[in-house]
Amino acid sequence: MPLLYVEHMTRFFGGLRAVHDYNFKIEPGEIHGLIGPNGAGKSTIFNLITGVYKPTEGSIHFRGKNIIKYPSHKIAALGLGRTFQNLRLWRHMSVLDHIKMAQFSQITYGLIGAFFDTKKRNQQEEENTEKAIKIMELVGIGKLTDQLVPNLPYGLQRRVEIARALAINPKLLLLDEPTAGMNSEELQDLVNVIRHIHDKLGVAILLIEHRMKFVMDLCERIQTLDFGEVIAEGSPEEIQNNPRVIDAYLGKEVKI
Amino acid sequence: MKATGSLPAGRSKFKIYRDKLLAPYIQVPVLGWLAGLLISTLLETFIGPYLAMVLGMSDVPALFGFTVVLKQPVLIPGVIIYLLIIYVLPIAIGARLTKSLANYIAGKLQQYPFWISAVIHIVLLYVVINTWAVMNDYRVLLAKLIMIAVIVTLSLNVINGYMGEFSCSHPGFIALGAYTASIITVLFFVNDSVLGAALLPPVLAPFLFPVALILGGLMASLFSLLVAVPAFNTRGDYLAIISLAFTFIIKSLLENLQIFGGARGFMNQPNLATLPVVFLWTVLAVWIINNFVRSTLGKALNAVRDNETAANAMTVDTKKTKMTAFMFAAFWAGIAGGLFAHVMRYVNPGSFGIKKLAEVLAMVYFGGLNSVIGSIVGAVGFNLLSEMLRPLEIFKWIIIPLLLILVMIFRPTGLIAFKDFDPKKLLRAKNKKEEDK
Ligand SMILES: Nc1ncnc2c1ncn2[C@@H]1O[C@H](COP(=O)(O)OP(=O)(O)OP(=O)(O)O)[C@@H](O)[C@H]1O
Ligand SMILES: [Mg+2]
Repeated sequence: MPLLYVEHMTRFFGGLRAVHDYNFKIEPGEIHGLIGPNGAGKSTIFNLITGVYKPTEGSIHFRGKNIIKYPSHKIAALGLGRTFQNLRLWRHMSVLDHIKMAQFSQITYGLIGAFFDTKKRNQQEEENTEKAIKIMELVGIGKLTDQLVPNLPYGLQRRVEIARALAINPKLLLLDEPTAGMNSEELQDLVNVIRHIHDKLGVAILLIEHRMKFVMDLCERIQTLDFGEVIAEGSPEEIQNNPRVIDAYLGKEVKI
Repeated sequence: MKATGSLPAGRSKFKIYRDKLLAPYIQVPVLGWLAGLLISTLLETFIGPYLAMVLGMSDVPALFGFTVVLKQPVLIPGVIIYLLIIYVLPIAIGARLTKSLANYIAGKLQQYPFWISAVIHIVLLYVVINTWAVMNDYRVLLAKLIMIAVIVTLSLNVINGYMGEFSCSHPGFIALGAYTASIITVLFFVNDSVLGAALLPPVLAPFLFPVALILGGLMASLFSLLVAVPAFNTRGDYLAIISLAFTFIIKSLLENLQIFGGARGFMNQPNLATLPVVFLWTVLAVWIINNFVRSTLGKALNAVRDNETAANAMTVDTKKTKMTAFMFAAFWAGIAGGLFAHVMRYVNPGSFGIKKLAEVLAMVYFGGLNSVIGSIVGAVGFNLLSEMLRPLEIFKWIIIPLLLILVMIFRPTGLIAFKDFDPKKLLRAKNKKEEDK
């Protein structure tokens, strides 16, 4: 059974068909890529899978469950982590609190613990802090605990987003243009970080990316989207040599 | 660190002098300040009245002499001398002299469970407040009202600060708590013309009072759903308008409920909200609310405020979080209302309108959003200021808004905003260098 299984998913925004008859399948531990020109519908697909928007038609199964009616936070708690194309961090919260917040659904001390500062609450908060710091170290931001996110450089903010998504214990991680705004040095770092978390945690990853080298390096399979439809699908080599892809996408902005 | 660092060029003499003056006080722990305050209040109890007489005042100046000075400017030198002898010097000298002892005790206390140290500090604080207040009835009343204001401000800060929504329903919640608790205590312990003879002997009253207060809080919580359900089920900023409507509805509802006195109000509440009772409820409120906002469940409010989509994507049940926090805040507003009704021993719907709302909002925004300390400072500062300026009558309502505007200009989120309040850190000994974090 695939980890995530999307069938015939379509979404309209008014008259605009942002995603049309989209199908997708990913097995545990795989890394897939999603590419396509601006406005092709890539981020919309992420938002549909994570429940931010609901599809007009189609079905989504995650870990064997039909999640079409699930609210966003429940889908996340099932093990679907994500980052956002335009960073969505909490500007008044420390880095550590970001990571700990993503453990929200794992908290069992309840309101009693929240109000009365019980032993159970303190234990759990402490354990969560330790777990959070491990995750931060994994992503290479272990020393930033008390910093507020607006004070961090862009590249580190992106890592905070990844660390935060990892803290929900994901089985599948959706990364929306994780390299946006990064220089080539930060880029190489990020490739290593992603490889590292993939090898270490065994999470499946689906990433949206514009930088071809990055996609080709990391992904086993790639889908190309144009005007909300998949125009090509296959291994990196197949995609690179596909005439429709070259025509619609690669031909215009040669980034390889 | 500050005191020994090299002085940057261009620092004024005044600043250097000020730093020199304040340097010894950096190491005074809270316990030391409490000792200073205790000495000061005891001094006032014993020599205050005589000193006041010698200095030409008819009685001990009730509120640091402001009222006196504004009415009789000739007494300015006398008031200044009084303030120096009774407050400034004893606190300054007391804090300094007891510094090492206080640090020693605070350090020792750190070896025991935290609650022991907390209880000792709280008891001391109560003794200070009590000694200061019992000098006259006005001070007792003011102290009670200020503490109630602390509860109200803190609870509104949970919504308007921590959660970042704009709610106007607090007067309604306070009214619900006030009326519910009043009805219960009057029904059970007072021979009332409408609610009938007392049902229970008055000795039980102090024990049932907490129950009445809690029921008042729960009533406010329950009614808060009328606001929360429509406001948080839609995405958008409907809360302000719905909550404002709520406050008006509750007010006119009470005005039309003739059985509870209608617009004339409801009175005869038994005298149950004594100074220690109000103090204990305030401590409880501060403790519980602070616990809540420092837990991950409470911090979820910040996540919801700063980016709700991200909060959802990180498994935060945002709707439940908002609802819980709103009901929680309403509960404490209700408790405050119950206390208020039994302090005044009279309530009328008129006191829970727009004016109350303006006052509560002012305290929250003046003290600082997203900050427990800020709310305490806001409530205490605002009320003291408002009382001290009372003799100015109409000008008071020019000065206070002006001050608020100044705060908003220079500190848009309030005096002490976005500050974490860690009681363990606060009560620590201050003589050691920060060796362990
Ligand atoms: N909430 C929305 N309401 C209306 N239209 C939307 C909404 N979200 C996306 N769209 C439209 O859907 C189309 C697909 O947008 P989407 O953000 O998914 O593109 P994308 O492939 O992620 O592009 P980019 O590479 O620029 O990030 C665009 O035409 C966009 O304007
Ligand atoms: Mg996009």
